[in-house]
Amino acid sequence: MVHFSSDGRPLPTPTPITAPYFDGLVKHRVVLQRCPRDGYFFYPRGRCPHCLGDDWEWGELSGRGTVYSFTVDRAGHDPALSSRIPFAIALVDLDEGPRLVGNMVDCDVADIAVGMAVEAAFEDVDETTLLGFRPAL
Amino acid sequence: MGKRSAAIVALTEWAPKRVWDEPMFTMEACARLAAEVLADAEVDKGEVDGLVINGLRESPMFAPSALAEFLGVRSNFNEVVDLGGATPAGMVWRAAAAIEVGICETVLVFTPSVPAPPQPGANGGPMKMKMGAYMGGEVWGSPQGQFEIPAGLVAATPSFAMAASRYMAEYGVSEETLAKVAVDSRYNAQANPMAVFCGKPITVDDVMSSRYVADPLKLLEIVMPCYGGSAVLVTTAERAARCPHRPVYVSGYGEHLTHKSITYAPDIVDTPIRLAADRAFAMAGVSREAVDMASMYDCYTITVLLTIEDAGFCPKGQGGRFIDEHSLRYDGDWPLNTHGGQLGMGQAGLSGGMSHITEAVRQVQGRAGERQVPDCDIAYANGTGGMLAEQVALILEGA
Repeated sequence: MVHFSSDGRPLPTPTPITAPYFDGLVKHRVVLQRCPRDGYFFYPRGRCPHCLGDDWEWGELSGRGTVYSFTVDRAGHDPALSSRIPFAIALVDLDEGPRLVGNMVDCDVADIAVGMAVEAAFEDVDETTLLGFRPAL
Repeated sequence: MGKRSAAIVALTEWAPKRVWDEPMFTMEACARLAAEVLADAEVDKGEVDGLVINGLRESPMFAPSALAEFLGVRSNFNEVVDLGGATPAGMVWRAAAAIEVGICETVLVFTPSVPAPPQPGANGGPMKMKMGAYMGGEVWGSPQGQFEIPAGLVAATPSFAMAASRYMAEYGVSEETLAKVAVDSRYNAQANPMAVFCGKPITVDDVMSSRYVADPLKLLEIVMPCYGGSAVLVTTAERAARCPHRPVYVSGYGEHLTHKSITYAPDIVDTPIRLAADRAFAMAGVSREAVDMASMYDCYTITVLLTIEDAGFCPKGQGGRFIDEHSLRYDGDWPLNTHGGQLGMGQAGLSGGMSHITEAVRQVQGRAGERQVPDCDIAYANGTGGMLAEQVALILEGA
């Protein structure tokens, strides 16, 4: 579910199952479930998407990864984000395995490339923290 | 030899329009489409015993029974298909399979996409086609609402743009080559009076100078959302033989999907098209070389490139070269989307996906007029739903 920040930005509404992930982000940590057989997975869910096991444990990741792909939204596909264009959306393969999506921050959109190394960038918005990425140092 | 149990015998299609000035309830649209397609088939309504729809705005629950009641049909096969742009192709094989197993004989397949009459108290104004950017992902518990929407990964263009971006990095293709897909589609649209872009040809330069919408995709590589509607009639081979037009067998089909959001696609440049197409070709016992025309879902130029490769018409990574080396025009050496595709004709909701099937049927039936491909017996048609997610491939063969 989506709710909106004081400045109109769409924000995630955590569920009982996803709350630990979002709580981690508020503490500027990337915390995901790790299955003893299949490793880390994203997004949080009650059972591992590989083996359907429920004996996962939460663990903290490095926040480092690689850009799998990206685009620059120049049209404001979400009218709620049209004041932010152009902004970059990236699919990032975390070093520990899972792929997730976030905005690229702290860089010019023209400098983003597939394969570039990135690190987590935590963006606090109201009571929520969004996970984005910036070029790795 | 592939399946010969069921055939598409007739079609009807409304010209896509950006603004639709004749609002209709979905049920009313289905009734009009039914009358038209049954007339094209010269089949009496009393013979219809199957209904396939995507849903009914006027009956979000119990949709098939609501439609049977509205149309006065006694129906033995009742199906709601929810596969995004792959819905029409998914509808056709389900109808064919239902006929083959013997549960029904004559199935109406509907893809209406029209605005409803203005609701009392609601805002009026011109009815311009616009899909909600969140596409239902905002509901409680939805993963998309928690992970994709906050990142701005909404609508469809950014997802397909990321497929293009990855493809360019992994295999390499120039923006000019992708632009050629849009140009050849537009060429074909000039021979289709129903196309929204009939009378408006474009060049590679036009595409290249159109604005970036989501890098690397530019405006003229993206379909125009429209309203429209279409239907086809699928019936037994025996019944098909008594229809006025050449029966078009649904001789092979395949379907595959793995994900909803592109974030979770196992590989965004090795698409579900591959497994769906492999199954369809194997079922039909048809080689790629035997295909006389291809009707590929083309929401974006990159979709066509990926479909040419993953449907097996050229090796992975060679799609750009294939596009450069072939004319994709109705009078070219590799006719593709001879109706102009959705890029040239407009994307009339689900009817946009159906246009790839109606055009393949027209071609195989010899009813494509100015854009007729000579000796067209075998067509490949497919549908791509969501974010390169839902995938259905069909082999359509003339009797």
